[in-house]
Amino acid sequence: MGNVLTIILQRLTLGLLTLLIVSIVIFVAVNLLPGDFAQSILGQGATPEAVASIREDLGLDQPMVTRYFDWLGGVLRGDLGTSFAQANFASFTGTDSGATTVAQQIAPRFANTMFLAMITAIIAVPFSIFLGVLAALYRNTVFDRATNIFTLSSISSPEFFLAYILILFLAVLNPIFPSLSNIFEGMPFGERVEKSMLPALTLTLVVTAHMMRMTRAAIINLLASPYIEMARLKGLSPMRVIVKHALPNALAPIINVIALNLAYLITGVVVVEVVFVYPGIGQLFVDSVKIRDIPVVQACCLIFATAFILLNLTADIMSILSNPRLRHPK
Amino acid sequence: MHGISRRGLLQTGVAAGVLGLSGMPLRAQTRGGKLTAGLSGANTSDSWDGRTHSDLFMIASAHGTVFDCLTEVAADGSLKGELAESWEASADAKTWMFNLRQGVTFHNGKSFGADDVIESLQMHVAEGAKSAAQPIVAAISEMTKVTDHQVQFTLANGNADFPYLMSDYHILMFPAGQIEEAIANGIGTGLYQVQSFDPGVRMVATRYADHYKGDSAGFFDEIEYIAINDNTARMNALMTGQVDAINRIDFKTEALLRANPALRIQEVTGNQHYSFPMLTDTSPYDDVNVRKALKYGINRQEMVDKILLGHGQVANDTPIGPANQYYAADMEQLEYDPDQAKFYLQQAGLDSLNIDLSASNAAFEGAVDAAQLFQSSAASGGININVVQEPADGYWSNVWLKKPFCACYWSGRATEDWMFSTSYEAGVPWNDSQWDEKDSARFQELLITARAELDSEIRRQQYGEMQQILRDEGGVLIPMFANYVQAVNNRISSPDMVGNLWQMDNARMAERWSVA
Repeated sequence: MGNVLTIILQRLTLGLLTLLIVSIVIFVAVNLLPGDFAQSILGQGATPEAVASIREDLGLDQPMVTRYFDWLGGVLRGDLGTSFAQANFASFTGTDSGATTVAQQIAPRFANTMFLAMITAIIAVPFSIFLGVLAALYRNTVFDRATNIFTLSSISSPEFFLAYILILFLAVLNPIFPSLSNIFEGMPFGERVEKSMLPALTLTLVVTAHMMRMTRAAIINLLASPYIEMARLKGLSPMRVIVKHALPNALAPIINVIALNLAYLITGVVVVEVVFVYPGIGQLFVDSVKIRDIPVVQACCLIFATAFILLNLTADIMSILSNPRLRHPK
Repeated sequence: MHGISRRGLLQTGVAAGVLGLSGMPLRAQTRGGKLTAGLSGANTSDSWDGRTHSDLFMIASAHGTVFDCLTEVAADGSLKGELAESWEASADAKTWMFNLRQGVTFHNGKSFGADDVIESLQMHVAEGAKSAAQPIVAAISEMTKVTDHQVQFTLANGNADFPYLMSDYHILMFPAGQIEEAIANGIGTGLYQVQSFDPGVRMVATRYADHYKGDSAGFFDEIEYIAINDNTARMNALMTGQVDAINRIDFKTEALLRANPALRIQEVTGNQHYSFPMLTDTSPYDDVNVRKALKYGINRQEMVDKILLGHGQVANDTPIGPANQYYAADMEQLEYDPDQAKFYLQQAGLDSLNIDLSASNAAFEGAVDAAQLFQSSAASGGININVVQEPADGYWSNVWLKKPFCACYWSGRATEDWMFSTSYEAGVPWNDSQWDEKDSARFQELLITARAELDSEIRRQQYGEMQQILRDEGGVLIPMFANYVQAVNNRISSPDMVGNLWQMDNARMAERWSVA
């Protein structure tokens, strides 16, 4: 087991380095975009004096390197800063008391995104493994082909298109689910689930193909091995052969793909959230990029990057743990 | 046609007839129910601070629902008192006495009076405050509390429109001494009291039981505004019945909305206009003949048809629109005429003209297309326009007011003077054509005299002349007024006359609409 711990430590260290690089890239990229916070918040009212006064208030008149290290210093102390928008309002009212920090601003949005990811995962993971197993069992039949065509065409379509198709069939023609997922704090759980159903189904369509195809391929790959032949010769039913004998050995690659897709559910929801007006972190991210609110953009990116790193790490560890040969290396 | 019984139809028919005869509004407005609207223009940086409001979501939430101003522009464009009951001016329109409504309370129970007015106005000129209403308040040289419910304003220069300016959606009335708290929690004197507000997501308010407007306004029990910035999502929400009303419908899918019998489309022409300002202090636009050539080189009707898809009206290079009191509707319309364009080019001593036109869809939806249409219509007049597509980001800082010829939009103003003094008075920061005495001393002179003129007939002549000057010589090409187009579910009833100053019945649907 010491082996696993070393890997975890190594990966976490590398992960921190990745986060640092991500933060630099994002910081530079956002600064390269034309316009800055002062200009975009003032819009048509961007007189030179007003722009200068906002820049001065927010420290945007400082050189980029200084601003980056100020921000980094804050993050190392666990302070993600105050969003420009909030700080700007605070300067209006004259006090800092009303300003919310980036962390406070992101927390409820992040919780919403996690909620959606969770619902999607609950639907998508069993669904795609089930489909994958069935496709392996009835490989090269009409069922297999149909499943493949369906999942591949849904992964190949843009998300907003899938979203509108679902809205058309499940909200407009057959009003089963609401097309607007405006969940809010204090909404009863049942209603929350109902409102999140269409975005969850859209995301399910997006992630199913990958997991289902991997399940199918991994199982089929094993079906040629001698021990499967043995099981068949014993007279076991095909279903039992696949679920009891093939699946456990195929888990490592499947878990890997599941983890990758879960990461996607957190980081890739931007479009789906905008289409369904779901108040998650993706919407906040889009809004913040629009007004060049760098502290919020940075924090969102860090969260996305962390999700990717942690889920990838989990995938590797799970595949080690699920494989006795890796668990007990010679 | 189910849902309406014959008896029900007869009853409402008779009732409507009776009401029609007695001269009362045709639609009796029922109390109760809820209005859910999907509105664009929301942002996570929104707050209850009126000084920062610039787009529909917060204007409808604050100005239209939770807060009040001193005065209010009615749907027909006339001015009526809101928190001010009446007002009178001195003969030079310099001193204004406002009599405030008595017995009004804020949602936290504090009673409303003169101190609240003075402090709420001072917010806009406070040190470091970046209020869009700063120029309005800065023009007040002195505010005096005469009694608890009387305030006297002394202006630096006479302004007959001063009460109109007090209806500005930025100038909300906050409780004195508790302004920070009021900004944090949304405490106003409006018809509805905030229940929950999640910036960029949603606002819910319920009817304030003991409101001074009584039974004459605010018919819903509850208001919910949902932030839907995405056009298609807003359409979907309305089509699937999750919201009762949406603003800014997408013209491309308008036919779908029209085909739905449960919905109706509201369309009003107001002062919102799309423009192409030229800097009159820069060559070649400093030559009035070049400007005239361009005025004849633009095909206005084609722009209304193709850019607005018919949802607008041709304009005459003046920013004064149908929602203004002194709009010169009968002024002769400038028409597309390439020969005239050539003629004025010759007058300017030119055979042909090569110019750059900067455009981006940040200026208005379809601005780049409009610039290209302009390019092709102007070509027959010997004017070669090179369309420069600018990035949308930073357009207002880097292009507008900087490039000599660009695309722009204005939502217009309630009064002529307000519009002119925002963008046509010599030296003001938003003067996007650098229009001043060098172009027309007469215009600037009229601007000052008309401002202090209390006689409405004289003002009509003065503003008429100013519109004529702008049409003939002005530095801003204004080809079209763009309509406000919104859609409403038939579950909700709205008055026959809907305000045209701003989207969604001047953003006052919570006050004026009711359950059908």
